[in-house]
Amino acid sequence: MYSAIVFLPLVGFLIAGIFGRWIGVRASTLVTSGLLVVSAVLSVAALISVGLQGETERVQVLTWIDSGTFEADWRLRIDTLTAVMLVVVTSVSALVHIYSIGYMSHDPHQPRFFAYLSLFTFAMLMLVTADNFVQLFFGWEGVGLASYLLIGFWYKRPSANAAAIKAFVVNRVGDFGLILGIATLFFTIGSVEFDTVFAAIPELADRTFHFLGYDVPVVTTACLLLFMGAMGKSAQFLLHTWLPDAMEGPTPVSALIHAATMVTAGVFLLARLSPIFEFSPFALTVVTVIGAITAFFAATVGLVQNDIKRVIAYSTCSQLGFMFVAIGVGAYEIAMFHLFTHAFFKALLFLGSGSVIHAMSDEQDMRRMGGLYKMIPVTWIMMVIGTLALTGFPFTAGYFSKDAIIEAAFAGHNAAHMFAFTLTVTAALFTSFYSWRLIFMTFHGTSRASNEVLSHVHESPLVMLVPLVILAVGALGAGMVFAPLFIGGAHEAFWLEAIFRGSENHIMHAFHDVPAWVPYAPTLMMIVGFATAWLFYIARPDIPKQLAKTHEPIYKFLLNKWYFDELYDFLFVRPAFWLGRVFWKQGDGRIIDGLGPDGIAARVQDITRQVVRLQTGYLYHYAFAMLLGVAGLVTWFMVGGA
Amino acid sequence: MTDGNILSLITFLPLVGALAILVTRGDEATVARNARYVALWTTSITFIVSLYIWWKFDPTTSDFQFVQQSAWLGGAINYHMGVDGISMLFVILTTFLMPACILASWTSIEKRVKEYMIAFLVLETLMIGVFCALDLVLFYIFFEGGLIPMFLIIGVWGGARRIYASFKFFLYTFAGSVLMLLAIMAMYWEAGTTSIPVLLDHDFPVNMQTWLWLAFFASFAVKMPMWPVHTWLPDAHVEAPTAGSVILAGILLKMGGYGFLRFSLPMFPVASADLAWLVFGLSVIAIVYASLVALVQEDMKKLIAYSSVAHMGFVTMGIFAANTQGVQGGIFQMLSHGWISGALFLCVGVVYDRMHTREIAAYGGLVNRMPLYAVAFLILTMANVGLPGTSGFIGEFLTIVGTFQVSTWVAAIAATGVILASGYALLLYRRIVFGALEKDTLKSILDLNRREMITLGPLVAATIFFGVYPAPIMEVTAVSVDNLISNYNAAIEAHRVAGDTGFIGEVASLFAGN
Repeated sequence: MYSAIVFLPLVGFLIAGIFGRWIGVRASTLVTSGLLVVSAVLSVAALISVGLQGETERVQVLTWIDSGTFEADWRLRIDTLTAVMLVVVTSVSALVHIYSIGYMSHDPHQPRFFAYLSLFTFAMLMLVTADNFVQLFFGWEGVGLASYLLIGFWYKRPSANAAAIKAFVVNRVGDFGLILGIATLFFTIGSVEFDTVFAAIPELADRTFHFLGYDVPVVTTACLLLFMGAMGKSAQFLLHTWLPDAMEGPTPVSALIHAATMVTAGVFLLARLSPIFEFSPFALTVVTVIGAITAFFAATVGLVQNDIKRVIAYSTCSQLGFMFVAIGVGAYEIAMFHLFTHAFFKALLFLGSGSVIHAMSDEQDMRRMGGLYKMIPVTWIMMVIGTLALTGFPFTAGYFSKDAIIEAAFAGHNAAHMFAFTLTVTAALFTSFYSWRLIFMTFHGTSRASNEVLSHVHESPLVMLVPLVILAVGALGAGMVFAPLFIGGAHEAFWLEAIFRGSENHIMHAFHDVPAWVPYAPTLMMIVGFATAWLFYIARPDIPKQLAKTHEPIYKFLLNKWYFDELYDFLFVRPAFWLGRVFWKQGDGRIIDGLGPDGIAARVQDITRQVVRLQTGYLYHYAFAMLLGVAGLVTWFMVGGA
Repeated sequence: MTDGNILSLITFLPLVGALAILVTRGDEATVARNARYVALWTTSITFIVSLYIWWKFDPTTSDFQFVQQSAWLGGAINYHMGVDGISMLFVILTTFLMPACILASWTSIEKRVKEYMIAFLVLETLMIGVFCALDLVLFYIFFEGGLIPMFLIIGVWGGARRIYASFKFFLYTFAGSVLMLLAIMAMYWEAGTTSIPVLLDHDFPVNMQTWLWLAFFASFAVKMPMWPVHTWLPDAHVEAPTAGSVILAGILLKMGGYGFLRFSLPMFPVASADLAWLVFGLSVIAIVYASLVALVQEDMKKLIAYSSVAHMGFVTMGIFAANTQGVQGGIFQMLSHGWISGALFLCVGVVYDRMHTREIAAYGGLVNRMPLYAVAFLILTMANVGLPGTSGFIGEFLTIVGTFQVSTWVAAIAATGVILASGYALLLYRRIVFGALEKDTLKSILDLNRREMITLGPLVAATIFFGVYPAPIMEVTAVSVDNLISNYNAAIEAHRVAGDTGFIGEVASLFAGN
């Protein structure tokens, strides 16, 4: 069964990818979607059998790399953590597949699109079922490849190509850390198998090793390096720049990869590695701080964006920051819970925005929308449900998971945790504001679209709406239904050994016992955010323009995403090309070739040219030279002989 | 046929083909056609025969297998052939790439086809000989002999600056090899034999090891090529015909790494340990430097050539890490780079045959008309980047892991190559394959034809197959590599107990102040 879950998408990829041309569009889409639905149903069965009945299962597939003591096999590992991810990945992927049948119906390259989607799903499943670091890295890079291909799916657009490369390269920066982290663990422990590594970590807790000239603690170094990988994949602050650009891909891709699944791989990684991170309080603090900064930073940028997809992209970035805060305070279960609920409501928001874009003839700028709620009512309701869940309206999904994170941050009590609490509460306010801003700008007020576009506005077909409704049910109900299992009284029986916690870590109990006002803080923020958005975009639409004018520097700063792209371009991209050119023209050309082969050849030619000049061909020159020689020789003998 | 002379059979089969082509007579078109078919048949049969040694190979021993020995040149120097786990797969790699080379030259070579095919077949004999020779002099003859056909291939069938490139190639490699010849003589005087198996057990004095190591290093570093003696490679690649580039990148570059494994590491272990810092330094410079240079190239072949330099940096780094992961990773990286870079050059050849330019800017949007080509090129690009699931990943990853155990600095700098590789490889792919098809010259370009599919197909298949299931290669190399490393460690240990320091050790201790 587990093999089927993982490999059915691969089969779909191969069928659509290789035979797509011959079997046609209809067959390709149906085969890939059908296989994914089967995979999703099996995943639910897997969650029930593993999550509710315990027992970690392993399925050996094939030997992979075996070099001396370095052993990494293709092997599936299914515990509760994996099972949760299986459900998230396959269910969202299946819905996105189905949705895409409608959304991509006008595209000439549908078999390719569905093949990529299935390839992505396969890689993601390999990632979450990995039993060792190397297979995890395979999945990690596989989703990166699929993301690259899907962002650049419309390969004729230069911007899409640029975004695809950017996503891949920035992720590789994270991988740099991941590779070295894996190497560190192999060096100190001698294995890349999860269980062996986890078992050895407690003994290494106080050990140091020599790294880049310093003696550093093993566990903390490994954690920070691995976290670097997670930062890249999950678009955390400093390595976040690729995610907004990734919106160049078709919208279903954004929903699947850049909201629900791939970007959460970093969160999954850290939860999977809880037995390592629990032994490095310092690394956890770093995770908390980075997560909190990301949550805050992305939310501020989201406030002023005008592209409907970019707003949601920054929202995703921000919510990922929330998840890392939860990891950082040691509440891995809450992080996974938020990952789980977020997958539903964020996929819903993305697919809903896709429905809007579809209706608006590919318009993405919210400044040219407005007043759409009457024309596309189902989409409107779906988007509102997604927004309610995201902002944490009572009893929706976000209310349970996001608020739990804020409470857990408060329960931590050290400085970093309070820092995280403050920033996440502020981010919650911003989240509410920009989410309602999106709803108001898109669906309410007067329409700013051209008549041409308005005349074509239509509700999406059923094949797109049904996935939306299913996700909406999840966004409304997943929190209520699953909270007891994930973070409530039953959480220990649910997670079992899948998540490890140190003996000092009592966060899962402590976050229930925070002061009474703390749980109300995010709810209050939600109301304030809603009210402000209503005031700005419904009651007094002139205020935002005024604000932008009076606070232009801040507005520009936010609109330009804190100028990170420009900064990185200046710091890394340009110097790399400049250095390349210098090394090529000066290093290779002038110095190595100039002094080496070309230089020597030139000197040899110079010398021979001089020698040639001696050979004039005039007899008297030679006679004179001979005379000089004879004279010299005679002198030598006379002087030397004397 | 007995196992005793199978290696000679594989080695000299191509020469038989060359002779057959030599004696064909007739009008030019007939001769050319016959030469092509004879060459294709010869290389294909050689490949099939060579699979026999993989099948019969016993991976549980580190001894030389299929050994053949007979007196030659008055008894002092023997004709001595054999393979072990380190060299066997290089023989297969050579025979595997040759049919692809012949096919790649099928229509692109129009002049002097007969001579061209003869040159390639002779080259194959010499290359296989290098990996099979178990006598130093025999090795040297094969090693140097290979220069001549390659020199001719670049110089006669090359591009506009072929004369410059061929001389640069020849002089560079030859200059290095002269020092190796001196070292070989010195070894003969010291040990009284040129037999490689005997020399492997010989204990060279520490001072002598350093000098011998340096002399061999000069030759292998040029072949590899390591920074800063790499500048012949881009020129040679750019000017060589497609098949020449495939052989150059696929096989000739591997001779340096093979030499390090066959001679430097086992015969001069103390010097290898003393001078590992030098190799590490040059390796990481090569990785970063060549990757950055590749980023700004305007010529497709030059870009791939520089990326080869970077990839070979991983190989040398892994070999001198001198642990199982490093050395096995190095071997794997060499083999996998053999077919990946070979296939990449074939990809360049495909569009060069159509457009007659290698300038990146002349292309763009090829995916619109060449979807099959785009798929093959994508897989190879990803393999070049080192994506897990392709064979490019395994060697790169193992060498980094292996080196990390010796020096974290070296491993960390090498790992930046992972970032840079994604940059240059994806940029190349984007500029050639993606985008709209706007240039008029490209509007009628055709996708891969059947011959090109047959040429590229096996290489792409190998890239994926060995990326997912590298066990056949790892199993063959494991025992020989373990033996190499345990001998190496034993020699270092014995040397440390004896307490004598080599020349470099003395210099180092001078600086250390004792």
